Amino acid sequence: MNGFFDIPSDLDNTYFGLIGLHLREALLPVLAGLLAALPLAQLCVRFRWLYPPVLGVTTVFYAIPSLAVFVVLIDYTGQTELTVMIPLAVYSLVVLVPAIVDGVRSVPEETLAASTAMGFGPLRRYLQVQLPIAVPAILAGLRVAVSASISLVSVGALIGNQGALGNLLADAQKYGRPELAVNSVLTTAVLAILCDALLVLARNLLTPWMPRGKRQRPKEAAARPEPKEAAAR
Amino acid sequence: MDSVTKRYPDGTVAVDRLTLDIPDRSITVLVGPSGCGKTTTLRMINRMVEPTEGTILLDGEDLQRQAVTTLRRSMGYVIQNAGLFQHRTILDNIATVPRMIGWGKQKSRERAAELMARVGLDASLAKRYPYQLSGGQQQRVGVARALAADPPVLLMDEPFSAVDPVVRKGLQDELLRIQDELGKTIVFVTHDIDEAIKLGTMVAVMRTGGRLAQFAPPAELLSDPADDFVEDFLGADRGIRRLSFFPSAALELSTGPVVRADATAEQLAAADGAAHLLVTDADDRPLGWAEPGELAAGDLAAGRLLSYGRPFVPGTDSLRAALDCAVLSPTGWAVAVDVDGRVTGVVSQQTIGEAIRSAHGAADSGDARTEEPADVTKVAP
Repeated sequence: MNGFFDIPSDLDNTYFGLIGLHLREALLPVLAGLLAALPLAQLCVRFRWLYPPVLGVTTVFYAIPSLAVFVVLIDYTGQTELTVMIPLAVYSLVVLVPAIVDGVRSVPEETLAASTAMGFGPLRRYLQVQLPIAVPAILAGLRVAVSASISLVSVGALIGNQGALGNLLADAQKYGRPELAVNSVLTTAVLAILCDALLVLARNLLTPWMPRGKRQRPKEAAARPEPKEAAAR
Repeated sequence: MDSVTKRYPDGTVAVDRLTLDIPDRSITVLVGPSGCGKTTTLRMINRMVEPTEGTILLDGEDLQRQAVTTLRRSMGYVIQNAGLFQHRTILDNIATVPRMIGWGKQKSRERAAELMARVGLDASLAKRYPYQLSGGQQQRVGVARALAADPPVLLMDEPFSAVDPVVRKGLQDELLRIQDELGKTIVFVTHDIDEAIKLGTMVAVMRTGGRLAQFAPPAELLSDPADDFVEDFLGADRGIRRLSFFPSAALELSTGPVVRADATAEQLAAADGAAHLLVTDADDRPLGWAEPGELAAGDLAAGRLLSYGRPFVPGTDSLRAALDCAVLSPTGWAVAVDVDGRVTGVVSQQTIGEAIRSAHGAADSGDARTEEPADVTKVAP
């Protein structure tokens, strides 16, 4: 297809420049969402009554269409990247809070009791026991947040060409060049798949302690049959 | 523990005015049905539960005066299902407390490796993760982790309840062996009265509502249950089980009915009068029982031999084991062997029965609270 990688000059960017921009607009909000979600989730674990209202409020946020948020935000942050990233960060937060809460709660009761009995204070217990054991659940949440964020960035094209690869969609219409639309969709999809693969790799490296083939559910380890006892004796 | 009570805000009393003097360097077992407050009691010792009333002293010092994390790090804690850190290797699990109190990485790991050997774990498991171990192995890791910083006190909360009976017996034997070597002050919680009797130097039987029913050595518990509740809880065959506390060393062994397979006609004639003869090989190892009439001198082993059942070792085994051997033996005689399996004599059910009666008599007339079981049977015939 002719001109597949021929980026229209109004975007003032190269193909790879657009990819970099897209990743930045997608991933920075996820990072911000994660940083906000960690303490919020910890509060929800600590004070159980807090979790249902937090879940309710964040879900309502999730239900607001991003366009509506843009319209409100433009008054404050203008037609900038920030206007795109703020709602994306909120969406990430909504996905990550329940993921982290579930992950931290999946730590078995005995493990918590044992760590308390060994003289772990609350902070040490959180950092050295609860958080590491919640890593698989947190990464599962991150995979959802990252994929969603990468695809949602394109919407930014509607507010002053802040949609990175999404701007190609608008230009495809404006200049009658459908190949740009195909480029936008394919590149976005490939980016999402690559980021997801990186997260899976990170999870496998971070959790050598998970039973192979059952990486999603740490609790199953405890319920496993015990074939090795005979060999050990 | 002096008059310790735990009352929850809703009014439930988990432990009711409990007074216990837990002896140093021995195993004290808290046993009772579920809901009797035994785990709550244990958790008050490391202050995971704070008592509502009463004081707990450790070496004369009030636990409330000590910083809670320091206190806990000086007490090993073993829990049901081990509660291992699933995200850390076996070695790092065991090294947890030493690392926390600043032993340094190298020294902590060396200590952990040493403890793996002590609890009977192969060194090749060091780099594995908990999910790769069986329940029994995980529980061994739990014990090693509790012992890592060499705490004087070890708290064990139903540590062996979740493993199958064979593995459990292995773990119990291992605990007794480790205790022989280390001499820790162990407080052990279980709902299994047999486990309590096997492991405990002292056993505290607790009843629902958090009250102490009886606090006594296991032999005394079996001979003199304080009330119907304790008697019920001990189960039906406490008379037989009590025999475990009487040694068989003083049993009078008879060598008359023992003959070697190559015995001559004169030797056979000397043994005449016995209903059965125990035939041994040239090494004195038992071959089986025979009736005198069926034996031909020269090659006794060629005759029809009855199984001699399972022998017992006087001095190591209890009267219970000796009685068991006699009951299982087709002739009603138990075979006694030394530690190398050589026959030292045979003993009849009747003789064992007499030994039991005099052992009971001696135990009941003497002060069973303080007397060692070994002294009790010195009067046996």
